[in-house]
Amino acid sequence: MSEVHAHTVAFVRTSEIPASPPPVAEAGAVKWIKDNLISGPFNTIMTILGILVVAYLLAGLIPWIANGTWTGADIRECREILQGSGGGCFAVIAERWPQLLFGFQYPDYLRWRPTLAFVLLFLAVPPALFVMFLPRWTLIVTAIYPFVAYWLIWGGTILSPIVAAVGFLVGYLVFTKVEKRGFVQGLAAGIVAAVAVWWIGGVIAEEFSRVGALEVVESRALGGFMLNLILGVVCVSLSIPLGIVLALGRQSKLPIVKGFCVVFIEFVRGVPLITLLFVANVVLAYFFPPNSNPDLIIRVIIMITMFSSAYIAEVIRGGLAALPKGQYEAGDSLGLDYPQSMRLIILPQALKISIPGIVNVAVGLFKDTTLVSVISMFDLVGMIRGPILSSTDWTGVYWELWAAACVLFFIVCYGISQYSQWLERQLRTDHR
Amino acid sequence: MTTMTDPPKAEGFRIGQLINDTRYRSYTFQFIAIVALIFAFSWLAYNASQNEQLQANGFSYEFMSAPAGYDINQQPISYDSQDTHLRATVIGAINTLIVAFLACVTATVFGVIAGVLRLSNNWIISKLMAVYVEIFRNIPVLIWIIIIFTVAANTFPPMSEFRLPRDGSDPTRTLLFGMFAATNQGVYVPRLTLGDTGWIVIATFLASIAGVFGMRSFARKKLYDEGKVVPVLWPSIAILIVPAVLMQFILGSPLGVENPEMGRFSFDGGILLRPSLIALWFALSIYTGAFIAENVRAGILAISRGQSEAAAALGLRPGRIMSLVVLPQALRVIIPPLISQYLNITKNTSLAIAVGYMDLTATLGGITLNQTGRALECILLLMLFYLTFSLIISAVMNVYNNSVALKER
Repeated sequence: MSEVHAHTVAFVRTSEIPASPPPVAEAGAVKWIKDNLISGPFNTIMTILGILVVAYLLAGLIPWIANGTWTGADIRECREILQGSGGGCFAVIAERWPQLLFGFQYPDYLRWRPTLAFVLLFLAVPPALFVMFLPRWTLIVTAIYPFVAYWLIWGGTILSPIVAAVGFLVGYLVFTKVEKRGFVQGLAAGIVAAVAVWWIGGVIAEEFSRVGALEVVESRALGGFMLNLILGVVCVSLSIPLGIVLALGRQSKLPIVKGFCVVFIEFVRGVPLITLLFVANVVLAYFFPPNSNPDLIIRVIIMITMFSSAYIAEVIRGGLAALPKGQYEAGDSLGLDYPQSMRLIILPQALKISIPGIVNVAVGLFKDTTLVSVISMFDLVGMIRGPILSSTDWTGVYWELWAAACVLFFIVCYGISQYSQWLERQLRTDHR
Repeated sequence: MTTMTDPPKAEGFRIGQLINDTRYRSYTFQFIAIVALIFAFSWLAYNASQNEQLQANGFSYEFMSAPAGYDINQQPISYDSQDTHLRATVIGAINTLIVAFLACVTATVFGVIAGVLRLSNNWIISKLMAVYVEIFRNIPVLIWIIIIFTVAANTFPPMSEFRLPRDGSDPTRTLLFGMFAATNQGVYVPRLTLGDTGWIVIATFLASIAGVFGMRSFARKKLYDEGKVVPVLWPSIAILIVPAVLMQFILGSPLGVENPEMGRFSFDGGILLRPSLIALWFALSIYTGAFIAENVRAGILAISRGQSEAAAALGLRPGRIMSLVVLPQALRVIIPPLISQYLNITKNTSLAIAVGYMDLTATLGGITLNQTGRALECILLLMLFYLTFSLIISAVMNVYNNSVALKER
């Protein structure tokens, strides 16, 4: 547009018209409702149905929670307090809370120990979960935690967990020294060193069994939500390394190794967890040396770990398969041997891809730990079905107890799955 | 001095190559692996051979032909407590398959509905579905099974409320539509009765299904060859329904429905769905439905917007965009996880033991095992059944999956 033209045409505006507000029907809440709730006859019907469903649920839930009582020693007192107001008898949760958490056999005066272990879990887990934001040395806390937690929950001399930890440490140090000669030699030397330390340390720990001794708690005294947490945490952390080995074995070119891994993975994935728990309960003891008689909880941990390692192996195999072939070839062309290229090039990337999948398996596994109630272990579900509902004090208080169980599991599982979604966003390095 | 083109000197095989040469090293590793495996298994076998209980019992399946001596409350085929353990096992297996099939069907329905509705523009509906998915995914299925069992066994009205009171007044409750009755003993539903000539009606119906497929392919051929659009929807509905109804009418209603009737103490006729079956069926359906909903949602979201926009630009109507463009591509993403959800349902039916549904785990792995003490044999057989079944389902589904998979050239 020429300068002259701009001056000769009188009606060209020189200033902008101030934006006028949109029509009422096209802005704010009204537009939102119009677009999202009543945009058509079908949508309107759906909205009405949805509101009815929500109203129905709330009409049932709100009086139940609001009128509920948290005091009362048994069901009869509860009924007196409630006077038929339709509220829930939450007193059962208040009264049986320690049992729901710790089971009914864990000594009352020792409950601070698993509680402390649980609190420490929040120190130990973040370094592993937020590994890209926290300094690497914090992983030491994570590494020490299992031994401390074992000592706190089961008690006994502090020497046994220390010996176990020292064994791992010595094994690792020997491995790093010998590794220069070759990965396999390093691994073998590390294992020999660790076993030697455990053997010698075991004798010492036996000798000084009173050093730093906490009162011993039998495995069968464990119960409640604590048992679910222990089984979940232990089995997931044991099955990740196993799963990596199985996944690599399934990808391997050695037919015998590959065949074994395929058969193991497909077998375990093809049978329900409950049959594996039956194995732990009645069959597994046959295959241990006579008179060794391992704890039920150890046998259950073995079987659940087998179970979850097969699933984790499949997730990691997916990660391995998703890597472009060029990555493998790059490792070869740099002259790295198999262990080196796996550790330095392939696994870091493959594990990064498979973390969300592993977290999903972990959530599923944590939910599946409730199945141990079927083989008469008293986890949270077992506690509710067994000792609490069958006690004469609380017969017929189903909803409050199951609601408590639902809330506990929901908090943990929803928390973990939100974490996994967050992690997925963090790890997304492509630009979409 | 050697040149690059010199062939390597032919060397004899040296022992050191077994460790240092990548060509031979794999043999060494496999040899070590197989020795370790043999050692591990023989250690386990040795321990088992030393076990007193196993020594006393031996290993045999002879107990399967002995009388079982226990009752089963849901009998798809005839059974009494004098029948053998084998028959009890078969009944358990059938019961497993029944509940697995029912739960797969309903879980798919719930999952597809919830998955599609979660993508709806309607804020309330999509949020409701999100809440449904999150709540059911994050709470163990065992808890759901027990909760629904508690609902069915404790909050449904007792049988007596359906009974005619002595004074001749009306009963407190009547059957829903005269067909369904939910009592705390279970839910009564009508039973389909088959007269002598009933199979003709069923055969007619099956033939009509084949006819519908023939009709559709005829319409497609007409469209491709001559460009004529033959109406498909109404004719196929007519082909599907009319012949069977006609046959039913001509033969004098051989197919009938037997409603539950109140007898003196309980209902006669109809089918009784026990609370354990209802709990298992419903809990597995809504639990797995939540997972399937996520798979469906992910499958639909995986189809880029450009696909449906391109279809719209070609002038396809919304229904056709869905059925011709979006769904075929989305199914490719949805089917594989759906298969594994079906497998999960089948495996999770083993939780029946928690509510007393007599499936395979409860008969073979439960009562038979406890009565005979043959733990190893029972559990091996139990695992074998689930394993075979899982492998068959995944094989069948893989065939289907390959047929819808992307054909890359």
